[in-house]
Amino acid sequence: MFNYTIRRLLFAIPTLFVISFLIFAILDLAPNDPTGNLPLTIPPEVRENIRISLGLGEPFPIRYLKWCQQFFINEPLNLIEQWFDISIGDSENRLRVQSWATRSPVVDLIVERLPQTLWVLGLSYVIGILIAIPIGVISAYKQYSIFDQIGTFISMVGFSVPTFFTGLVCIVFFSSTLGWFPSIYDTTHEVTDLASFWFQVKQMIMPVMVLALFNASQLSRFMRASMLDNLSQDYVRTARAKGLKERSVLLIHVLRNSLIPVVTVIALGLPQIFAGAIITEQIFRVNGLGQLLIIGIQGADIPLVQTLTFIFAVLIVLFNLIADILYGMLDPRIRYE
Amino acid sequence: MAALASTESLQLMLQVTGLSMHFPVYKGLMRRQIGEIKAVDDISFHIMRGETLGLVGESGCGKSTAGRALLKLYQPTSGRVELDGTDVTALEGEDLRRIRTDMQMIFQDPQACLNPRMTVGSIIAEPLDEHTRLSRRQKRQKARELLDAVGMNPDYENRYPHEFSGGQRQRIGIARALALEPKFIVCDEPIAALDVSIQAQVVNLLEDLQQQHQLTYLFISHDLSMVRHIADRIAVMYLGKLVELASREQLYQSPQHPYTKALLSAVPEPDPEKEAIRERIILQGDVPSPANPPSGCNFSTRCPIAQEQCMRETPAWRELEGGRYIACHMVQ
Repeated sequence: MFNYTIRRLLFAIPTLFVISFLIFAILDLAPNDPTGNLPLTIPPEVRENIRISLGLGEPFPIRYLKWCQQFFINEPLNLIEQWFDISIGDSENRLRVQSWATRSPVVDLIVERLPQTLWVLGLSYVIGILIAIPIGVISAYKQYSIFDQIGTFISMVGFSVPTFFTGLVCIVFFSSTLGWFPSIYDTTHEVTDLASFWFQVKQMIMPVMVLALFNASQLSRFMRASMLDNLSQDYVRTARAKGLKERSVLLIHVLRNSLIPVVTVIALGLPQIFAGAIITEQIFRVNGLGQLLIIGIQGADIPLVQTLTFIFAVLIVLFNLIADILYGMLDPRIRYE
Repeated sequence: MAALASTESLQLMLQVTGLSMHFPVYKGLMRRQIGEIKAVDDISFHIMRGETLGLVGESGCGKSTAGRALLKLYQPTSGRVELDGTDVTALEGEDLRRIRTDMQMIFQDPQACLNPRMTVGSIIAEPLDEHTRLSRRQKRQKARELLDAVGMNPDYENRYPHEFSGGQRQRIGIARALALEPKFIVCDEPIAALDVSIQAQVVNLLEDLQQQHQLTYLFISHDLSMVRHIADRIAVMYLGKLVELASREQLYQSPQHPYTKALLSAVPEPDPEKEAIRERIILQGDVPSPANPPSGCNFSTRCPIAQEQCMRETPAWRELEGGRYIACHMVQ
């Protein structure tokens, strides 16, 4: 297992380099202009000077290699310096990956935005799982019952109606009409006492629940299918013939075997917590990573978009590996060598 | 007379009366019941203590369903199953769980019937968790003893089922069935999924265990030569119904029911000279669907000696002389 992990990690390195190059190339080919949002009164020479000052005067391969140097060498060095409070070499003049729009290092922006995204999306993912697993188990165990039919209907709705629609419906209903929850997520809000905690809960409910419903409807379908698959297996009949309690049959034999593929799906879905739900964050004005990415794309902030997208790619590769390793740990029939 | 009855009930292990297992068939938008599959239809027989009753018949005739309904792995539609004097069909919940220690099943597919995520030791010891109050060490000891009893290395207890061959897995299944020291075991085609070279080993193991533990078997199989080897009495099943039940010698030497005759005539003869002149009864047509069985005798559509009466009346399950049972109008 250890060797397998090491080998997979080594294989990930060339993969990630190819991915970073592709992202860079696509962004370079895109017809966007970092000076495009500036007022039209600015003369063309000045615009050209701005571009050159951003480093756009250099040819494409040089720019790519410089980004690589900044991201793979300078940023990690900077992180190490910050963690251990030391300085390595000429740390004053070392160039970090800088956002063109805000002129601050991209990594700092990400660190700033990460907590909001992790809280809202992480919570929605956890709640989604907690809803999905019992629903999937019960609807499989009582297949075609009323509970199953209603569960199927709700998950079909939750899955097929996009979050930007459910989100807006929620805002119209709960914020405008009923006035229960705020429609805008206030990131500057700090929890100091019970009242402010309650406000935090209220402003989180809508974005979290909209995303949780979406996650839960996917996962509960998956859980149900996996349970149905295992319920009809011969070893379940064996377990019943052993005279086990129905509870043990269901929880020990069926559920544990059914969770193997579901855990894999959950692990594969985890990067999207970091990636942020771009649309949902936009609707509820949660200024997390998804919103950061949108702003970056709109302003042609190539270093920001490049770095964010690449970090998502790293997370996806990493969680793919984690899902594979989890599978090997959960299923004794699978051994990696 | 009363004394005779009591000794008889001591001897009797299993008494099945009119057992039926009908599966409803649903169809259409509202999933209305449009019919039922009569997988097992009104069968009656008994098994004495320490005896092996073979149950034979072609694929899909309801043998396995009968075995499962006996152990109440299915809820039978009607009928009574008395195991050692207790009516199994009437039991529910806790009482049913408790009686499971007396009746166990060895399943057909050794590949699928063991939980792939449990070690062999825990598969065997699991029933002990539920039904006994042994300590962890005692349970482990017991699992090791059982592995040893079925001819496997006790050190295999920490391995997973997929690491074993089919024959070894079937031994694990047997060890598991024995863990609760049952009185009665349904062997549901235990050798069908095994190599011919392994079949004999497993059957011999079953016979040895029967002698050691005074077990009673219902041995379900489609392998007529294997049933002849292991069974004391043999019941023949066709399309959900029993057609003939007789002792091994009676059945193989003088089959009475036309279906039994046809079935036995399909067994090849080892001697090539006899094989050349052997007369085979080849039945015409296919087995009718159990969802729509023919009127009268189930076998009437393919029977070489069927008369008009056979199409009309269902033959009764009646006893002939010498403990032989048959369901046929034409046999006197």
